[in-house]
Amino acid sequence: MATPAIYLIVPLAPLAGAIVAGLFGRTVGRANAHRITILGVLIAFLTSCYVFADVLEGNAFHGSIYTWMTSGDFKFEIGFLIDRLSALMMVVVTFVSLMVHIYTIGYMAEDPGYQRFFSYISLFTFSMLMLVMSNNFLQLFFGWEAVGVVSYLLIGFWYTRPSAVYANLKAFLVNRVGDFGFILGIGLVLAEFGTLDYSSVFVLAPARASSVIQLFPGVDWMLLTVICICLFIGAMGKSAQFPLHVWLPDSMEGPTPISALIHAATMVTAGIFMVARMSPLYELSTTALSVILVLGGITALFMGLVAMTQFDIKRVVAYSTLSQLGYMTVALGASAYSAAMFHLMTHAFFKAVLFLAAGSVIIAMHHEQDMRRMGGLRKYMPITYFSVLVGAIASAGIPPLAGFFSKDAIIEAVKMSDTPGAAFAYFCVTACVFVTAFYTFRMVFMAFHGEPRMGTAARAHLRESPVVVTLPLLLLSVPSIGAGWLIGQAVYGDYFGPAIIVGPGHAWIEAMTEEYHGVWSYMAHGVSALPFWLAVAGIATAWYLYLVRPELPRRIASGFGPLYALVERKYGFDELYSWLFASGARLLGTGLWKAGDQAVIDGLIVNGAARAVGWFSKVMRLVQSGMIYRYASAMLIGVVLLIYWFLKR
Amino acid sequence: MNGLPLLSISIWLPIAFGLILLATGGDSRASVQRWIALAGAIAGFAVTIPLYAGFDGQTSEMQFSEFQRWMPGLDINYHLGIDGISMLFLLLNSFITILIVVAGWTVVEKRVAQYYAAFLMLSGMLNGVFSALDAVLFYVFFEATLIPMFIIIGIWGGPNRVYAALKFFLYTLFGSLLMLVAFLYLYNKSGSFEILDWHRLPLPLGAQFALFFGLLFGFAVKVPMWPVHTWLPDAHTEAPTGGSVVLAAILLKLGAYGFVRFTLPILPDASRELAWLMVSLSLIAVVYVGLVTLVQADMKRLIAYSSIAHMGFVTLGFFLFNALGVEGALVQMISHGFISGAMFLCVGVMYDRLHTRMIADYGGVVNSMPRFAAFMMLFAMANSGLPATSGFVGEFMVIMGAMQVSFWIAFLAATTLIFGAAYSLWMYKRVIFGPVANDAVRGLRDLNAREFLVLALLAVAVLYMGIYPAPFTDVMHASVDDLLRHVARPKW
Repeated sequence: MATPAIYLIVPLAPLAGAIVAGLFGRTVGRANAHRITILGVLIAFLTSCYVFADVLEGNAFHGSIYTWMTSGDFKFEIGFLIDRLSALMMVVVTFVSLMVHIYTIGYMAEDPGYQRFFSYISLFTFSMLMLVMSNNFLQLFFGWEAVGVVSYLLIGFWYTRPSAVYANLKAFLVNRVGDFGFILGIGLVLAEFGTLDYSSVFVLAPARASSVIQLFPGVDWMLLTVICICLFIGAMGKSAQFPLHVWLPDSMEGPTPISALIHAATMVTAGIFMVARMSPLYELSTTALSVILVLGGITALFMGLVAMTQFDIKRVVAYSTLSQLGYMTVALGASAYSAAMFHLMTHAFFKAVLFLAAGSVIIAMHHEQDMRRMGGLRKYMPITYFSVLVGAIASAGIPPLAGFFSKDAIIEAVKMSDTPGAAFAYFCVTACVFVTAFYTFRMVFMAFHGEPRMGTAARAHLRESPVVVTLPLLLLSVPSIGAGWLIGQAVYGDYFGPAIIVGPGHAWIEAMTEEYHGVWSYMAHGVSALPFWLAVAGIATAWYLYLVRPELPRRIASGFGPLYALVERKYGFDELYSWLFASGARLLGTGLWKAGDQAVIDGLIVNGAARAVGWFSKVMRLVQSGMIYRYASAMLIGVVLLIYWFLKR
Repeated sequence: MNGLPLLSISIWLPIAFGLILLATGGDSRASVQRWIALAGAIAGFAVTIPLYAGFDGQTSEMQFSEFQRWMPGLDINYHLGIDGISMLFLLLNSFITILIVVAGWTVVEKRVAQYYAAFLMLSGMLNGVFSALDAVLFYVFFEATLIPMFIIIGIWGGPNRVYAALKFFLYTLFGSLLMLVAFLYLYNKSGSFEILDWHRLPLPLGAQFALFFGLLFGFAVKVPMWPVHTWLPDAHTEAPTGGSVVLAAILLKLGAYGFVRFTLPILPDASRELAWLMVSLSLIAVVYVGLVTLVQADMKRLIAYSSIAHMGFVTLGFFLFNALGVEGALVQMISHGFISGAMFLCVGVMYDRLHTRMIADYGGVVNSMPRFAAFMMLFAMANSGLPATSGFVGEFMVIMGAMQVSFWIAFLAATTLIFGAAYSLWMYKRVIFGPVANDAVRGLRDLNAREFLVLALLAVAVLYMGIYPAPFTDVMHASVDDLLRHVARPKW
């Protein structure tokens, strides 16, 4: 059985790499920086595999590493909870991170910030591992914020670009809004349960299932609903769920490897992981599950629609990520936690492939990202094309690739769910199958098929990317193709065991398990069902519109006019938030400063007091004129008054 | 311990070094004077280390006590002692003094001896404030600190220094006169100036209310609490870097310390009755000042306002009456000492090069000063309360403590997560990131070894306290628990 020392190796190896590459990058040089960080992540990956094998044998670990702090009756600890849920995340995170590290050698080869970049992505790996391995809410929050900071640093990696440093500030602040809710949730957990330790809270929670809390006088709310929604606000920030989704598309300002690692495969799934981890709490609040269902459905469908209108290849993939995160969120709301985690895993692989392949295209195109100036790339970049195709088919949900299985499980579970909002979410995720297939293949057809639309000079430089780029693509394609076949264990088996709790009224996955008779019959059932045909229709439509009648999309777009513009401009949320929050806060701040601090406090009270003193002394100054006769007459009056006073007594 | 009067040494040793410096004469001997100042600062810090090492965290009794009759006719004594609440501030203060001496090494060129003497004497007096157990002794040190600070701003300050120095002086003097009246009343009632006797003095609620407001003015001005905070931005902008550092890191803590040493234990009933007022003022500081901070165009003014917002957490924590709140407030005081000190030093580094504090004059500093940018990133993140930095610990504890009391208090307090990040990182973005804004920025030199050392020491402190705060909180438990038990008991 693995020991705490072995668990510690997993996060600390990447941390060591990050420190060496970050603080001594110039000393060790470029090649050593990538060697050291890759070695660190490789160690973490191999150790994670060992831990994974260990938990498969039924072992688990729950314990503290050190006491962070105590105060009053409360004890805050840093510790690990290693079970099948966290072990799965550890393997996924370290595997994708390893691939991205290798890919970066090629992608960032020309960049002066080479060592810094390796340092950041290793630091990210450390933070993400601390997040998933945590056994308590405090450390979860630590990892939560730490991945946010690394994301901030990486989005703004090219810090001289105004758009990059705008995007990273925006990303951090929107995430902070989520964290604001998150910390309130943590505070409520501590206040009501007296501990932040997961297992203790999970044990105590059922007894409080009917407790109420009055946030407004006279209005009773279920305590656990409030806690769960507060925590979910954190997840909305990190996993970019509507209406806190606005930062993720802008995060594409960062270098592509981190878009794959952080903004597709791992960090943005932290919210999904968190809710799955908290399943014992969420199962006690149907209201919270409803909220999750509805917001997830909105995100899935409406962000997918935006992806249909974008021309920047990275933005298409980014909106696709938002939409897929919506799928996972819907699964959580339908109590299909294992399906959410399964989709999280398959998505991590196929979306990393799509992003890294997009990056490969971007290198070949010399940082051209507009698909309207691509086309026909498959002839020049066969390996990239192959991996894009794998990612696209997986993402569209065509069997036998990974995305089909995980997506189908989600759609089925939502269909069965009777949690309020499930019908809406079912509509969203089903309709979105068409949308997903359409925008994914629109991207494939626009970039890789048809006539090359780039200039002749650019075309002359087109070539397949080096092996450090294509190898990770191929390695990530393997699980993108095959990971779905594990559905029998992961979703319809008892892989997660006690790590995920599903309430008796929400046992849709259990019901589906009885219907499950192996992957072959699952696929046979799948191809006869609606979602599969929607996916095929989506691909066919994309093919017709972008290869057969390429002049049509523009006509359709102008036909829809304002509606199209609304979608293309992302429903105007950026403008709204910028006006309401950014300008609003500045206006309010200026108002308070000028009116409150300067006019009232300083102007009226402080300087007013000074003026009053000044007026008083001015009056007194009249008396002290320096003229003897005035003093003398004043003395005379004084003496007279004194005598009068004495005589009167 | 070893019988040495450590507290007295920690007070008078820096003052003695200051006097020696004054005797060394003019700027022709500046190089020697700097070394004397450094020796004094290091010696001053060295004597505070045994205070931590020999401290017994199990008891709430005063430790390292010293008692001498001073003015027997008036029952005024030279009585010193520290507990878990005050001990860390002596270390913080002496540590910061070293940094100030090093940071000013080549920057201050006129009246070097006087400059350093002022800081060393101020450091000794501040140790006196934190260890005085006699109210008159406390008052003398409390007021005496105004003099060197007034001189520091008035002589080495910026162009508007006279206005700022006077505003600072009058504001705080006004506050402390009301405090003195409260002290005299308490002496009248108890026949003693012993602070610990006052803790046990029974007082009717009406008298407690009156005394509460008397003390409130004295302490609130120092913290500073909204709405008596407007002197701070002026004082900070005009003060030299070292002055801003000691002002933010230590002087602001005097008011907060006053609340926890005087107001809470002497007036527990009034404190509980008026907690709503204190909590409201603190939350206004967090939200209102957070917004005002956002729109500042002058970096020092911005950090000054952010200090007020952060100190709001301190006063909030004290008036929550639970261990998380009070200890969180104390942790926040220490942490704010590191972070605000570091932020002002960062501005100082830039000011020394370009002689401007305006955000608009910078932009793209990272291109010419990458190492500096890395440090300032850490401190800006710490200022916005990032976990694994000290800035998180206190805010986290106070928010958790507030949630024990009321969801809405915690709600308003937690807005600091958004405001803190917004003003810290927005400033960072405009100053550090982006393309090089102008030729002056292009020509900036990165940190020299001396500046690197100062910022590195603070970075270590900020990270250590964030990753492992237990050594800081462990020494507080006994004293804070005792304080909370005491405050919970009615006095009348």
